[in-house]
Amino acid sequence: MSHFELDARRMLCPMPVIKTQNKVKELSDGDILAVVCTDPGALSDIPAWARINGHTILGHEENEDELKITVRVGG
Amino acid sequence: MTKKHKAVALISGGLDSLLAVRVLQEQGIEVEGINFYTGFCVEGHTHAIRNHDKDKQKRNNALWAAEQLGIKLHIVDVIEEYKDVLLNPKHGYGANMNPCLDCKIFMVSKAVEWVKENRKDGFDFIITGEVIGQRPMSQRKEVMPIVAGESGADDILLRPLCAKNLPATKPELEGWVDREKLYDFHGRNRKPQMALAKEFGFTDYASPAGGCCFLTDKNYSDKLVDLWEGRGTREYEMDDIMLLKVGRHLRPKPEFKMIISRDAGESKYLEGYRKQFVTIQVVSHNGPLCMIDGKIEAEDYELAAGVVARYGQGRDAEEVKVEISVPGEEVQTINIKPLTTEQVLEEWHV
Repeated sequence: MSHFELDARRMLCPMPVIKTQNKVKELSDGDILAVVCTDPGALSDIPAWARINGHTILGHEENEDELKITVRVGG
Repeated sequence: MTKKHKAVALISGGLDSLLAVRVLQEQGIEVEGINFYTGFCVEGHTHAIRNHDKDKQKRNNALWAAEQLGIKLHIVDVIEEYKDVLLNPKHGYGANMNPCLDCKIFMVSKAVEWVKENRKDGFDFIITGEVIGQRPMSQRKEVMPIVAGESGADDILLRPLCAKNLPATKPELEGWVDREKLYDFHGRNRKPQMALAKEFGFTDYASPAGGCCFLTDKNYSDKLVDLWEGRGTREYEMDDIMLLKVGRHLRPKPEFKMIISRDAGESKYLEGYRKQFVTIQVVSHNGPLCMIDGKIEAEDYELAAGVVARYGQGRDAEEVKVEISVPGEEVQTINIKPLTTEQVLEEWHV
C-alpha cells in the first residue's frame, strides 16, 4: 500500500474527477490517493465517481480555500 | 457457452441516455457509460463560482445517472481534440457556435475507439439516447445514418428509444437485443420519455429539455466570437473558455477586453489569474476585481480604471484609489473619477 497526492487545485469539475480517475488507473488496489482541490463540486462528484467505480472514500478535510478528499483504490 | 454482449453508452446526464441504458438493462445487457468533457459542458460546476449559486445542488448529472443505473462511467477529457470539431465543423454550426452534428459524430467515433480497445472484455456495440426529431440539427431522421457512417460505427450504433423507426442494426439482427422491446419515439414531445421514466421509477432526473453545451447559448457564443476577433485568430485554451463564463465582459478598445467580477465568488476566481494578467482593483472602496485580456497600454489605464470604479461602491465618489497590477512589475496606484453609467458605452459590452 502506498500513499499518493494529486493536485487538482483551481480545476473546475469534472476535471478533478477526470484527473482522479486517470491517476487511479496507475495505482493498485489498497493504494491511498489524497486529492487536493478548490472546486466545492468535487465534494459531491469524487465520492459519486468512487461509489460507481468501486473505490472507497476514507474521508475529507476542508478549510476555507481547499478540500482534501482521500480515496482508497478498490473496495 | 453463449457469448455475453456488452454495450457502451454515451451518457450526457439527461433523461434520454438514462432511459436508453435502462431499456437495454431490461434485456439483460451489461452496459458501461462514457461521458466526454469538451470544456463547454454545462455539467461542469462553473456556475458554482458565483455567490448566489453556492447553495444550488452541486451534482454532475452524468455521474448521478450512472449511479442510478448501477453502471461504471468513464469520463474522458477531449478538450484538445474537440478544438478541431469546433473550429472546422464539416456540417457547419447551428443557431450559435454549436457544431451539434459534427460533435455527435465525434463523440460516437470516440466511442467506436473505446469499443475497439475494450472488445476483449465483450464490448461490441454502442448505444445513445438519440430520438429522431428531438433536436433540430443533430437528431433529424436524415442525419441518423450520417452519424453512424461518418463516425465509423455503422451497424453497431443502436438507438434504443427510436430504433423501431430506423433500419435494424447488428445487435438486433444478430439477436443480441430484442427489437420488439425497443421504442419508436420521435419528435420534440417529451411525454413518452416522461412516461417511461415513471415506469422505470426515475424521478429527479435532469431537466428533460435542457441543453448540455454552452455553445448553444447565444451570449456565450457571442463572447467566443469576440475573443477570436480580438485576438485575430480562432484559437483558445481551457482558461479562455472558463473565463468566458465568469464576470461581465467589456471591450472599450479592440486591443483589450475587461473581465469584471460580479461578486466575491468571481473575484476569488479571478484572483488566481493575477500572476498571468494585468489586474485592476479599486482599493479605497469595496468593488470588483478586473482582469485584462489582451494588450493594454499605460495610456489606457485611466479609462479601464474608470470603468472598474463604475461597478464598485465608490461609483458616486469624486475620486477613488485604484491599483493596477502588471505581472512582474511594481503595483501602480492612481486616483481617478469613476465613469458614469452613460460613459460606459453600450457597445463596449460583449
